[in-house]
Amino acid sequence: MKDDQHGSLATADMRVLEKRITVSRRAFLKGSGMAAGVGALSAGSLMLPARDALAAEFTTLGAATGKTLLVMARDIFPHDKISDRYYMLAIEPYDAKAAKDPALAKLIGDGVAQLDALARTRFGKPYAEVDTEVQRVSLLYEIEHGAFFQKIKGDMVTGFYNNKAVWPFFGEEGSSWEKGGYINRGFDDIDWLPKA
Amino acid sequence: MSKTFSKDDNSVVVIVGSGAGGGTLADELTRQGVDVVILEAGKHHTQDDFENDEWAMFAKISWLDKRISAGGWHHTETYPNLPAWIVKGVGGSTMHWSGLALRFMEHEFKTRTTYGDVPGANVLDWPISYEELAPYYEVAERKMGVAGTKASGLPPMPPNNHYKVIEAGARKIGYKEIVRPVASNTRPNDGRPACQQIGYCMQGCKIGAKWSTLYSEIPRAMKTGHAELRPQSMVLRIEHDSSGKATGVLYADKDGNHHLQKARVVCVAGNSIESPRLLLNSASSQFPNGLANSSGQVGRNYMNHTTAAALTINPGPVYMYRGFDIAAVVSDEVANNTRRGFVGGYHLEGLALHLPFTAAFMKPGGWGREVSSALEMYDHMSCVWVCGEDLAQEENSITLHPTEKDQHGLPIPIVTKTDHTNDAAMRRHGLAQWRKLSEAVGATRVIDMPPYPASHNMGTNRMSAKARDGVVNKWGQTHDIKNLFVSDGSQFTSSGAANPTLTIVALAIRQAEYIAGAMKRREL
Repeated sequence: MKDDQHGSLATADMRVLEKRITVSRRAFLKGSGMAAGVGALSAGSLMLPARDALAAEFTTLGAATGKTLLVMARDIFPHDKISDRYYMLAIEPYDAKAAKDPALAKLIGDGVAQLDALARTRFGKPYAEVDTEVQRVSLLYEIEHGAFFQKIKGDMVTGFYNNKAVWPFFGEEGSSWEKGGYINRGFDDIDWLPKA
Repeated sequence: MSKTFSKDDNSVVVIVGSGAGGGTLADELTRQGVDVVILEAGKHHTQDDFENDEWAMFAKISWLDKRISAGGWHHTETYPNLPAWIVKGVGGSTMHWSGLALRFMEHEFKTRTTYGDVPGANVLDWPISYEELAPYYEVAERKMGVAGTKASGLPPMPPNNHYKVIEAGARKIGYKEIVRPVASNTRPNDGRPACQQIGYCMQGCKIGAKWSTLYSEIPRAMKTGHAELRPQSMVLRIEHDSSGKATGVLYADKDGNHHLQKARVVCVAGNSIESPRLLLNSASSQFPNGLANSSGQVGRNYMNHTTAAALTINPGPVYMYRGFDIAAVVSDEVANNTRRGFVGGYHLEGLALHLPFTAAFMKPGGWGREVSSALEMYDHMSCVWVCGEDLAQEENSITLHPTEKDQHGLPIPIVTKTDHTNDAAMRRHGLAQWRKLSEAVGATRVIDMPPYPASHNMGTNRMSAKARDGVVNKWGQTHDIKNLFVSDGSQFTSSGAANPTLTIVALAIRQAEYIAGAMKRREL
């Protein structure tokens, strides 16, 4: 058994998954329904660093708000092996929703303004530019009971962890009935237990 | 061959609900030639609608009409409008149930005698004993195909990784009663296939290996020519005549049109929130406190099990979701052993969650590296659900909201629950034992979870020997109205430490025998 988290424990036949996202860029865009969104980066945005290029896709809320949401999403559920574009999938829908929902646009606009104001007072720069995660998280603790943080955090639980595109990273295989279940695919192949 | 009955046909038995209680009752009554009309509030899904997807199925089959969590429990904050996780649809919560078919223990029928007078609780003996119910447990295990039981003759469910890791830990700390009686076919049985270790059992078994009334009892009842099923039919009230006998039910169809279905007998099986709600909503000038409520106990003594849950990060991969959802179940703590600091007992039940529900239930409100670092080890996780006895307390209840109404104009239900000190002590014990069990196989981290919304709801129309102590007698017949029955888990006098479905089915089989006999004898 190979186990990337804990080194080698034992070697037998347990069907162990490498926790890597292996889908191609094209399959990723197709599967995530993002072909018309993040996929269609404008010529200008290609000149920007990756995070700024993603944030530039927020046409209603604006790039600065988009970047704040993106950094915030990562600070809420930080996974160092998962790239920004997967976080983007969870927050990108806010842009279209905010165009139709003024209450949501205000919640996000006010929330980001408050967070940035806190950041400027404490660190002299907006939240997304604050240098370390520890510093940014200290700001999030101050707003965590407010409606803005609760909304973003609550939506992330499903928007991020219920996105099938990230499941391979966690070793979650998803739907199995169409593959005949696990009866012949390792439902009972655990190999590291101490002998009774 | 489905039958159609006239709404004026007052010879039929009307069954409200089609889950473990209602579905079984329909099967058993029609088998004895009794005509039944089944009114089900939810839609008629089929296995084609089932997906291996936790949130998609949650949205598709859950009972999501508004309910309010009240009282001292954490649900008022964590799940304010989801006090219980149950199903609205043909087959009811047998679509979602885990499949774990445990029997009650002998002492769990005699809780008042065994535990004595527990301050702050409303504990009562059942009017029936384990011995009286045992033969019906046998029939239920055979009907449902409970793997590994003598009654079914089906081989045990083969151990999966999740079972093995829990079993190894349990044996290391000295546990001996490691069981797994699950109602899923381990070979083709009753026209249904064998389990393929698909997982997603609680999202509706895609192949129908796990027992559900949706594709077992309901179609069998229909084939007799004695049953009519009306889905999307929400019963609004039970009607009665001046002699105090039930005469029929008023229900709303999918378009909101109201219909009156006459009945010779009415059986209520809408689960422990909707069943008392219906009796309370049926209040009349003759019964101002609701039907069958001379005791004042309708809606009282709400029990949902003393539950807790925890996730363990193991030293190697487990992939707990591969295979049947229930893993090893430890029964050593079920006996009543008051040296532990509480009355009653509990099961430690291995129960797999997929990543989306793990993320949702692990630490509601939680965020940051504390949460994400644990979830990165999802593939190494095992998961326990502690299922323990919940003591009846009168103030734990289903009541009607004074002003807020649902889509049918009925007051929405308020589900009030406050822990007894006994619950807190049991929960602590269960989580500590799980931690020991996990550490025995090298766990690197154990994360206690707050209880997530339970699917077990019991006690709100409880059985009692005396009319003043409860709502129904030992047949589930209401003390006040002889042709009105309760056929679901709301009959339970105590919660026991067992998942309720098997006992609901056993009681329904026994009740059907009684109703059919009483009808023949013209007592009903």
